[in-house]
Amino acid sequence: MAEITLIEGVTQALAWEMRNDPSVVVLGEDVGVNGGVFRATVGLQEQFGPWRVIDTPLCETSIAGLTVGMACQGLKPVAEAQFEGFIYPMLEHLMCHAVRMRNRTRGRLTCPLVVRAPWGGGIRAPEHHSEANEALFANVPGLRIVIPSSPARAYGLLLAAIRDPDPVIFFEPKRIYRQYKEEVPDDGEALPLDVCFVLRDGRDVTLVSWGATIKETLEAADALEAEGISAEVIDVATIKPLDFDTIHESVAKTGRCVIVHEAPKNVGVGAEIAARLAEQAMYDLLAPVERVTGYDTHIPLFRLEMKYLPPVGRIVEAAKRTLAAS
Amino acid sequence: MTTAATFEIEYRQYLDPDGHPIGKQLPAIARDLDHLVELYQLMSFTRVFDTKSIALQRTGKLGTYASCLGHEAAHAAIGSAMRPEDVLAPAYREYAAQFYRGVKPRDVLMYWGGDERGNDFSGPRHDFAWSVPIATQCLHAAGSALAFRIRGEQRVAVSVCGDGGSSKADFYAALNCGGAFELPLVLVVVNNQWAISVPRSRQTGARTLAQKGIAGGLHCLQVDGNDLIACREAMDQALERARSGGGASVIEMVTYRLHDHTTADDARRYRDDAEVKAAWQREPIGRLRAYLTRLGAWSDAREEAWKAQCEERVNEEVDAYLSTRAQPVEAMFDHLYGDVPLEIAQQRALAVAREVKHG
Repeated sequence: MAEITLIEGVTQALAWEMRNDPSVVVLGEDVGVNGGVFRATVGLQEQFGPWRVIDTPLCETSIAGLTVGMACQGLKPVAEAQFEGFIYPMLEHLMCHAVRMRNRTRGRLTCPLVVRAPWGGGIRAPEHHSEANEALFANVPGLRIVIPSSPARAYGLLLAAIRDPDPVIFFEPKRIYRQYKEEVPDDGEALPLDVCFVLRDGRDVTLVSWGATIKETLEAADALEAEGISAEVIDVATIKPLDFDTIHESVAKTGRCVIVHEAPKNVGVGAEIAARLAEQAMYDLLAPVERVTGYDTHIPLFRLEMKYLPPVGRIVEAAKRTLAAS
Repeated sequence: MTTAATFEIEYRQYLDPDGHPIGKQLPAIARDLDHLVELYQLMSFTRVFDTKSIALQRTGKLGTYASCLGHEAAHAAIGSAMRPEDVLAPAYREYAAQFYRGVKPRDVLMYWGGDERGNDFSGPRHDFAWSVPIATQCLHAAGSALAFRIRGEQRVAVSVCGDGGSSKADFYAALNCGGAFELPLVLVVVNNQWAISVPRSRQTGARTLAQKGIAGGLHCLQVDGNDLIACREAMDQALERARSGGGASVIEMVTYRLHDHTTADDARRYRDDAEVKAAWQREPIGRLRAYLTRLGAWSDAREEAWKAQCEERVNEEVDAYLSTRAQPVEAMFDHLYGDVPLEIAQQRALAVAREVKHG
C-alpha cells in the first residue's frame, strides 16, 4: 500500500473512478497535458485520452456551462476551477442551473457533477489565489460542499462526490496538499458524505473545524492535552448538508465548543453551527460558543497572510476561555 | 498590406412578404407541400395557443407568460428540422419548436402557471428545460454537443437565444467552445429586434448577429426569420453539417416581436405603433399561407376548419391545465436531492405536519 499526499489522494480517486466508470470526464484549464497547475490531474490524459481529460478554453463560464450540459446528457463531469478565487464566473451556472435542474424538471434531468477547486490561504500565492469562500455556497439549496483534510479523506470523499447524483463543490485545502503522507488503499472505497469525522476523542471541550485548519486544531488539542485538558476534534468534512447531530452529541458530552475556520467570521459557516447550538444545545453548554476565524477583511497578500489565518495559540486560548467560564 | 482574414455573411430569403418566391431557385423543402402544410398548421396552432395563453393571463388563470407572436416560422423550422435524438436547449418562448418535438401545450401552461411539472414534459426526455437566465442555455447545448463527441454519437445540440442573448458572455463562450472543440452544435439567434425595451441597435455595433460566430470559426448565416422556407433550409444544412462532423453554426433568424416581451411588459412605453404595424406586414403565417394557397395546397375552407380544430384542441389543453391540482407541499423537497440529506427530510416532515395542522 502506497503512502500518498492529499493531492495524490485526489489524483488517485480521479483515476480509479475514470477506470471504472466511462461516464466520468475531467475538464478545466491546464488539466490535460500539464496535469493541472497543482498536478492534481497529472498522468490522467495519458491514461484516458484528450476526450476524457479535456483542456478547455480559458473561460470559467464555459467550464461551468459545459459541465451542466454534459451532466444533463448522462456524463459525470469533474470540472476543475483553477483556484477558488476564479470560481465566481461559474456561479450562475451552478446556482441557476446545476442545483435547480433536478427540482425544475421533477427529476427528469439531473446534474451529477463535481467542481473541484484548490481552496484557502497559506501558500504565498498572488491575489485571488487564497480565498476560503465556502460560506457563499452554503446558502445554496440543492448543493453539497465537501472539504477534505487528509489524504484518506481526499480519496474517499472525492469518490463519494463523483458518485453522488447531485452537484458537489469539492474544495481542496491547498496549504496541506503536500503536508504529509499516509497509507491510503487504492480500493475504490468511498467515505460517506453528509457526516462529520471525529478525529480525536475528548471530554472537556469540542473543537470543530474543516480543511487546512484541522492541522492547527489537532496541534491545539495536543497543546491542551499537555495541560491536562481533553479536547475532542471534529472534522466537519461535508459543510453542506451539515451533520449537526455529531457536533451536538460531542457538545452534549463536553459542554464547550470552539469553532475554527479560516474564512471570514461574519456569516461564516461557524455562525450556522453556533446558531444551531444555541437552538438545540443551549442547556448542554457550560460556556459561550467560541469562534476562531479569519478576520472580516480580505485575506492579505502573502507578507501578512499568516497573521490572518488562525494560529494554534488562538485556538488554545479560546478553548481555555470556555473552560474558565464554567 | 496583407489581409489576415476576411468574411462575408450571406442573407437568405425565398418568400417575399406576400408569399411570392424570390428568384427561381427554391430549395427542395419548398416543393414538399404536405410537410409545409403540416408546418403551417403547427404555426397557426401555436398562434391560437399564444392568443389563448395571453387571455388566460389577463383573466388571472396563468402567471406571467412570454408570447411567441411573430416568431412562429423560426420556431417551427428549428423544431421540425431536428431529429428526436437531437437535443434542444430553448430559452422560454420557442413553443412551436417544442410542440413539434412532442411537448404538450398543457406543459407550457403548467410552467407559466407556476408548477414545476411543466418542465417534466412529454417531449424528448433529454431536451432541456426552459432557461430564464438569458443565453445560459447556449453553453448547455455546447456541453451536450461535447458529450455527443466524447461518446461518438451522431446527435446535434441546438440552442435558441435572442438578439439580447447574443450580447451575453454565455453566447460568446458557447460559440467559442463550438469552434474550439468542433462541436455538433447549432446556435440559433432569433433576432426579434427587442430585448424587452432595448432595441437591436443598442445591443452591438456589429452589422449582423450572425457574424459573431465568425470569431469562433463557425459557419454563419443570416436568414429572413419570417420565411419558413429560408429558416428551415438553414437549419437542415447546419444540422447536416454538424451531424457529419463539419462543425458548429450560428444562424441569425431576423424577425420581429409582435407582442410585449411578456405579459408583465407594456411595449407601448418604448416603441412606436407604426413600427409594429410595419412588422405585421412581414409576419410569417400569412406569408406561408399565401404561398400554399397559390399552389393549391391550402384554402379558405381548410383554414376555417383548421382554426376550429385548433380552438378545440387548445381548449382541451387549457382544461387539462386548469383541472390539474397543485402539488402537495412536500413537492418542494422531493426533487431537491437524489440522495436526501437528513436536514431536508426533517424540514419536509415539518412542512407536512404544518400542512396537516393548518392546511
